[in-house]
Amino acid sequence: MIEKSEDGDDRGMTAKVTVKDVERVAELAHLELAPEETGRMLNDLNAILDYVAQLNELDTAGVTPLAQVSELEGAEGAGARRADAVLPSLDRCAVMSQAPETDEVFFKVPKVIER
Amino acid sequence: MPSETKAAETFVEKPKTLAELRGDLAAGRVKATDLAARYYERIEEVNPRLNVYLSLTKERALEQAARVDAATAKGDPLGVLAGIPVGIKDVLVMKGAPATAGSKILEGYRPPYDATAVSKLEAAGAVLLGKLNCDEFAMGSSNENSAYGPVRNPVDTERVPGGSSGGSAAAVAANMAVATLGSDTGGSIRQPASFCGVVGVLPTYGRVSRYGLIAFASSLDRVGPFAANVRDAATMLGVIAGQDPKDATSSPAPVPDYAVESDKGAEGLRIGVPAEYFAEGLDPEVRAAIEKGIDSLKAAGCAVKRVGLPHTRYAIPTYYLVATAEASANLARFDGVRYGYRSPASDTLSAMYSHSRDEGFGAEVKRRILLGTYALSAGYYDAYYLKAQQVRRLLAEEYLRAFAEVDAIVTPTAPMAAFRLGEKTGDPLAMYLADIYTVTASLAGICGVTVPCGATQAGLPVGMQVLAAHLNEGTAFRVARAVEAAQS
Repeated sequence: MIEKSEDGDDRGMTAKVTVKDVERVAELAHLELAPEETGRMLNDLNAILDYVAQLNELDTAGVTPLAQVSELEGAEGAGARRADAVLPSLDRCAVMSQAPETDEVFFKVPKVIER
Repeated sequence: MPSETKAAETFVEKPKTLAELRGDLAAGRVKATDLAARYYERIEEVNPRLNVYLSLTKERALEQAARVDAATAKGDPLGVLAGIPVGIKDVLVMKGAPATAGSKILEGYRPPYDATAVSKLEAAGAVLLGKLNCDEFAMGSSNENSAYGPVRNPVDTERVPGGSSGGSAAAVAANMAVATLGSDTGGSIRQPASFCGVVGVLPTYGRVSRYGLIAFASSLDRVGPFAANVRDAATMLGVIAGQDPKDATSSPAPVPDYAVESDKGAEGLRIGVPAEYFAEGLDPEVRAAIEKGIDSLKAAGCAVKRVGLPHTRYAIPTYYLVATAEASANLARFDGVRYGYRSPASDTLSAMYSHSRDEGFGAEVKRRILLGTYALSAGYYDAYYLKAQQVRRLLAEEYLRAFAEVDAIVTPTAPMAAFRLGEKTGDPLAMYLADIYTVTASLAGICGVTVPCGATQAGLPVGMQVLAAHLNEGTAFRVARAVEAAQS
């Protein structure tokens, strides 16, 4: 794998994860990590990614990625899609009753935009 | 037993078979309501030591049992599971019952619907006793990642039951249910079945509807049964299998009578043994038990031959990229808005998301979300996620080639017998390697059965994994029956 530009598109599998990376990924995932948690995750991610890097030994040029088993020939995957018909869905009141905060019609959340 | 296991207790008790119980119920020797009450007594007695059940659904269970008793009294036809006490892994939803997925983030959630597998069990007459402990969001190999405390192995309470469906396996091993449902994404049915000495089934991807299963990695997740013997596991699968309009990936293939399939014997079947599953890292006692099991298959008239699965060693890295990538997307829905936990002290939406998720998720779930988000993030997508999907195809095609030559493949289910509580919790990678023999079948979408196959000198169960091609569960059951028959 070749490492491209700083902000480039194709970083290789050999890249080391930095504290900044962990913080950025945590932000993307809406996870707030305590400082000591960040350190532990940094170590764990690097250990796991080092292990994962052995996939680089395999030449996969020209291999079509397999996202779902049903794409596999000979696996007898899922069949026809259902008809596009309107069917009853879950009762709204029953669903809304599970929300942390609701007026029974809408989900209520804290303010979205800082002023 | 070695002195350090002195504190360990054993709660192993074998449930009666479905045939025995059915006979008892039909002849009026036992009532379904009494049977359910007896199981609740057993649960009350041993659950404080094993932590198997997270919640009980007594009202619903006793109503169902009363319906079965009424039908019996009237001479109405009974479902195949009429009156049978069954437990449900807490990643499958039951209307109005807690559904925690082993996580604090779903504390208090009462889903307004039933999973398809759950309603199918009940339609067949099963009495649903309650919800079973598991690793948080089914992420783990020891059941130590549950926010509600670990399950203990009924064979030896100082050891883990395996995971993530540890409660489902332990419930059957300790006769706290006759059969149970679990879920398997990378080995979560097969490995705990092996550790607890029970039968566990990985159905073909799409064989059982995932509707109502709290999603971990959608291209890998399967719902499957546990039972004390192969024939009962086959009966359970027959009940829950089949196409479901609510799961577009469910297969339209007809559902055979798996119990009858399992009766056909293993004679003449071609069994493949892959050398890659007997290499370095396999516990010698586990190896010896599995080799003995393979000998019993020869004695049963199977033709045993070597098969090559050379990409096996790439399965764990592939699995942990695919599964975590999918998990990071699936678990985005737990955000404190629609259900479950919301952090109280947040004055903006963004802070509410991150506080709720930070306080609600445990360490392993966070680790996997971070890994998956990283693998999917700009600049790394091709190197990690796409690469893993390419290797996934190589692994799957390798199995298809092998199944052109053999009817089933047998391996150890796990490289070791049940390990001690705390033994691997400090090292995530070591924990992941407990799945080394199970993740390949997950990635390939094929089916399998774990069947008890001997024990270590310390008396810990060993499980043999019998794998078969897509939708060939019947073949896997036939082989597993032969191994089971050679045990006693």
